[in-house]
Amino acid sequence: MRQAVHAEWTKLRTLPGTGWLLLGCIALTAALSATAAAAVTCQSASCGLDPARISLTGIYLGQAVVVTLAVLAMGGEHNTGMIRITLAAMPCRIKVLAAKAAVLSGLVLAAGTIAVLVSVMAGSLILPGHGFTPAHGYAPLSLTDGPVLRAAAGSVLYLALLALLSLGVAAIVRDSAVAIGVVLALLYVFPLLAFVVTDPDWQQRLQQIGPMTAGLAIQATIDLQNLPISPWGGLGVLAIWAAACLVFGGVLLRLRDA
Amino acid sequence: MTVGTTPYHSSLRRGHDGLMQLLHAEWTKFRTVRGWVIGTVSAGLVLVLVGLLASAGFHTGCPPEGCVTPPVGPDGEWVTDIFYFAYQPLDGDGSITVRVTSLTGLITYPPDHPNDIVPGVVPWAKAGVIIKESTRQGSPYAAVMVTGSHGVRMQYNYTHDTAGRSGGVSGASPRWLRLTRSSAVLTSYESADGSNWTRVGSAYLGGLPRTVLVGLFVASPWYIVSSPGLAGGTSSRLTQATANFDHVSLQGTAPGGGWTGHAIGVESGGPVLAQGGLMESEGRFTLSGTGDIAPAEGGGRRVEDTLRGTFAALIVVIVVATMFITAEYRRGMIRTTLTASPRRGRVLATKAIVIGAVTFMAGLVGAAVAIPLGEWILRADGNQILTVTSLTELRVVVGTAALLAVTAVLALAVGTVFRRSAAAVTALIVAMVLPYVLAVAAPLPEGVSEWLLRVTPAAAFAIQQSLPQYPQVITGNTPLYYYPIAPWAGFAVLCAYTAVALALAAYMIRRRDA
Repeated sequence: MRQAVHAEWTKLRTLPGTGWLLLGCIALTAALSATAAAAVTCQSASCGLDPARISLTGIYLGQAVVVTLAVLAMGGEHNTGMIRITLAAMPCRIKVLAAKAAVLSGLVLAAGTIAVLVSVMAGSLILPGHGFTPAHGYAPLSLTDGPVLRAAAGSVLYLALLALLSLGVAAIVRDSAVAIGVVLALLYVFPLLAFVVTDPDWQQRLQQIGPMTAGLAIQATIDLQNLPISPWGGLGVLAIWAAACLVFGGVLLRLRDA
Repeated sequence: MTVGTTPYHSSLRRGHDGLMQLLHAEWTKFRTVRGWVIGTVSAGLVLVLVGLLASAGFHTGCPPEGCVTPPVGPDGEWVTDIFYFAYQPLDGDGSITVRVTSLTGLITYPPDHPNDIVPGVVPWAKAGVIIKESTRQGSPYAAVMVTGSHGVRMQYNYTHDTAGRSGGVSGASPRWLRLTRSSAVLTSYESADGSNWTRVGSAYLGGLPRTVLVGLFVASPWYIVSSPGLAGGTSSRLTQATANFDHVSLQGTAPGGGWTGHAIGVESGGPVLAQGGLMESEGRFTLSGTGDIAPAEGGGRRVEDTLRGTFAALIVVIVVATMFITAEYRRGMIRTTLTASPRRGRVLATKAIVIGAVTFMAGLVGAAVAIPLGEWILRADGNQILTVTSLTELRVVVGTAALLAVTAVLALAVGTVFRRSAAAVTALIVAMVLPYVLAVAAPLPEGVSEWLLRVTPAAAFAIQQSLPQYPQVITGNTPLYYYPIAPWAGFAVLCAYTAVALALAAYMIRRRDA
């Protein structure tokens, strides 16, 4: 297994795109988070805004880069035919997938931690100037605060789980472009449908099963009773999606010709 | 001494690389790749199926006494016509003049006081004078009024709105209002002191009968609470407004007999507040009322509600159209293509024509199927569908197909520039769909998300908006109902992006080695 992980690490490390994608993920996440923090204002104690969610808005954009990176780790090999060499060198196909998952999670966890830390720092610097003050009932944004730490750490986990989901989908469809389309459709179409339907039951159900709408519940630090799903429960839904896709992808990888 | 080389003579007829041959070649390429054909067909299918799924999620939930069709205004559109009316008949020409000295109100259970009824005036609370054909809901009218925070306005026949002097009304700064009728022309005036009058506007109401109703009115629309984000949504609270009038004078032939107080229509939502009423003492009138006189906004569903599958279909289209060029780079096929047709710009153009045309057809068929099926599901669930003209419906159907087709061309161009499908697909989906996700799910302020929906290619979805937005009606957070850009302007934004991307792609494909 160590050799498998080392091989996958070497492959991913030497791809020209990986570094750029990781940098892009950090930059885009931090940029959108800072923009969101700079754009909101809380005018009264009842503005109902969640400072943790605002300073983590960048995840909406950063996740698209994570999806691309994760899909390319698998789909890139299928597109270039490299997968045949990989599988010839390591005939235990499940081990290949596990090694890819391990390397990818490590990279995404590292990049995600930097992105989230920068975002929270930007939020804690910008938000107090926009009405998020103790006078309006907001303590300074700090990672020592339990719910904020949960939101920040949860967002990093969210990115990692999303990478695993994308890896699984790429193993299933075996084409980068199609895999990215499938994953981004899974992420983005659920919240849009949940917004347009008027039936509250449907609305809640769509938000509970959508990988993004459920997973990002981890970012909420206020109004928890009004969430469609509990924070950790939501991350659990995303974990189920990721596990299902990885297992199905692993089975297909074993059964099909490469 | 020269060695002559024997010219190559093939027994085959010389090939041409004219536009028709190229179109034929590209069409053959598209037709024979199974994934692309399946992809394009499934884009149409996804448009229908996701649209039907969304349609099934609309349960408007009629009250126990059954669904009520809203009244229809003079121009054929659905209207809200609920207010408190104190009136007299007016025979022929005449005018009414009043002084408004206060406009106050109540808001039930606002978010910061969830268990109380608190004082407050909503921005479009209205009090003033009105001339109306009859007490029938939806009948023609013209009115001049003071509002909660939009100053003096003249409004007529539900959709028309003209601004007068701004500022609120109080005992210290009252507003005088006058409305005159001269056959079919109704003209309104306002004044701060009762002697210097300013004309606000006039309305031509053809078909107004000789005898009409003239009087005072008060209305107060729902207080709209919208909270962004995952737990968000829009909810509304019942409100009531109360206005004091004095110096009421009526010119013209009125049979007399005093003022009749009457609530026109009933606001659904339960008897939280007392019904409106009229109190009169020594020439001072106090009216309170609930409701609105405006185009109907809530309740009914729209044509575009059946086309919510467009987002999913768009993602499929982006993937297929990108691969239509990136697959050639990946397989090396592009070298064969460019050898056969050395005019590279023309190759790009024919590819754009083929992918645009097939996507347009898939979108057209998908939209034409999704609308009747979706409307059938909506009606079966007890929803009412706001009717639009067939020209508007045609614009929505053709616009949806064109939106998909132009996006396909944009994807082709971006794919040509990037030569890699992954980056192109991610960039396009983020540019076209993420702005809406941010608008409905992220905690971004409305101003930022509206700006995003104007400047990104996502603006093109505005082509699906079937009903215009009226500034005199507050609707809350509704990025998928009222787009912040006009339908064709939004489509033009996408076309502009596509033109730039195509120009860049044509430049790159000429300059770079394949």
